[in-house]
Amino acid sequence: MAHSASPTHSGDGETRRDFLYLAAAGFGAVGTAVAVWPLIDSMNPSAEVLALSSTEVDLAPIEVGQRITVVWRGKPIFVDRRSQEAIDAARAVSVEDLPDPQADEDRVQKAEWLIMIGICTHLGCIPKGQIAGDPRGEFGGWFCPCHGSHYDTAGRIRKGPAPKNLFIPPYEFTADTTIFIG
Amino acid sequence: MSGFKTNNAVIRWIEYRLPIFSFLDDAVGSGYPTPRNLNYWWNFGSLAGLALVIMMLTGIMLAMQYTPHVIFAFDSVERIMRDVNSGWLLRYIHMNGGSFFFIVVYIHIFRGLYYGSYKAPRELLWILGVVILLLMMATAFMGYVLPWGQMSFWGATVITNLFSAIPLIGESIVTWLWGGFAVDNPTLNRFYALHYLLPFVIVGAVVLHIWALHRFGSSNPLGIEANGPQDKIPFHPYYTAKDAFGVGVFLVLFAAIVFFAPNLFGEPDNYIPANPLSTPAHIVPEWYFLPYYAILRAIPDKLLGVVAMFGSILILFVLPWIDRSPVRSAKFRPIYKQFFWIFLADCIVLGYIGAKPPEGVFLIVGRLATAYYFLHFFIIFVLSYVERPRPLPSSIGEAVLKGGGAPPAAMAREKAQ
Repeated sequence: MAHSASPTHSGDGETRRDFLYLAAAGFGAVGTAVAVWPLIDSMNPSAEVLALSSTEVDLAPIEVGQRITVVWRGKPIFVDRRSQEAIDAARAVSVEDLPDPQADEDRVQKAEWLIMIGICTHLGCIPKGQIAGDPRGEFGGWFCPCHGSHYDTAGRIRKGPAPKNLFIPPYEFTADTTIFIG
Repeated sequence: MSGFKTNNAVIRWIEYRLPIFSFLDDAVGSGYPTPRNLNYWWNFGSLAGLALVIMMLTGIMLAMQYTPHVIFAFDSVERIMRDVNSGWLLRYIHMNGGSFFFIVVYIHIFRGLYYGSYKAPRELLWILGVVILLLMMATAFMGYVLPWGQMSFWGATVITNLFSAIPLIGESIVTWLWGGFAVDNPTLNRFYALHYLLPFVIVGAVVLHIWALHRFGSSNPLGIEANGPQDKIPFHPYYTAKDAFGVGVFLVLFAAIVFFAPNLFGEPDNYIPANPLSTPAHIVPEWYFLPYYAILRAIPDKLLGVVAMFGSILILFVLPWIDRSPVRSAKFRPIYKQFFWIFLADCIVLGYIGAKPPEGVFLIVGRLATAYYFLHFFIIFVLSYVERPRPLPSSIGEAVLKGGGAPPAAMAREKAQ
């Protein structure tokens, strides 16, 4: 064995040594990656952060036309009990002309209740429009003051730098006026 | 190689076993020959080093009083301001020290741009400088988050969200950076750890920067290589004295801000505790980030905006290969000199626009200024082929002794001889 691995041995000995170098380096690289992964993964959300991942909301006290904000996973969730005019405005738009085409029907489970993550899809600011007197933008929905994104009454991006509509969180109606987010 | 000599027996004993005195003498002492014609723009390298030391000293003292937790962070900073002995002074020095560090470094960078200091054989020296700038920006950003005021929180949110522009894996990266689903306690904790770590990484990069500097020595206002002893003077005492004078001026200005206008560079909103459910009407980054912020906002597409913002700094890495003119100093490049000043003005315009809301005339000016920022590098690429430089002097010594404006250090040397 030692004889064939000797560097003074010319010809076939060289390819064996090359193989040994490659195998050792490859094994070392894989081993390092395996060792480094726990370090990187430790920065991902921990178990107790993941445990706080659902919220239940009682919708009964909300009036027509009223908007409230609840917190889910540390993020604001916009709950909007839309008036008939707001629903009609959202459904009158031709879907193909939108920057992020999506029909209003695909964004709600019940037309009256619009439930969205209240974080601008541009750089994460919270759009204005939840409180009476807030600017609601040119389309009557929400307006992000940070970089000027306008959202319509279905929370769809209409104007400004945001690339996507406001995201819809996973939720279900557990009763007529109760939702479970998460 | 060192001509270090001493009569002190203790120093000789140490020097024999650990040649640290000759090392220092060669680095910043009489054993380091330096071009005789350096002007005051060459003071800013040592000033940057001083600023780094001030930041690290005050930072370590502040770390002993600060609590990195979302509930306690804001109050612990207020406690430093009110209850800790000299806490207000430490914090104001650290807060404004960041601004002064950037002022000094930006002047240092524009010095390099004007005098072509980035050209061969000093490309790596320049690249290491850009690395230091990036490390400084990361450190400053994370430090600004620690007081956990409104600007801290929303600045952190906006900047970390930049990474969500990366296709496919962007969202996972942002969740990983946050350690959660929003900027929260895990984010504050890791930013604190990294804010403490990165200055030491900067020190490492500075050592490499100075090492690369000493390979060929400082460039100089004429941009021609020093040819021999008649072109150079020892770093000590000539430039140690000149740097010390610069330190005095720097400290006067720094003290004026720390004691008389400590919140001049700050945002009042950062004295409001962070509220994750309410974004301030105007999110403004610290002044030293405004030009990049203007570039980010000038471009209506999210991904391209982020790419342009990072690109505006990354392009500096390849500057030594964009500007192909063999003449370094703008003194001998009449057209380049004009474009240098236009570029500087453009950067200042970008900084002004970055502080304004992105609408109306500000948006238009911001877009034009962003376009020009990148156009500048194309212009100087073309310029390096078409421009006719003025004739260069044959040596530093000749230019200094003939020209009217001999720098004081050189005059002193003439008298001494």
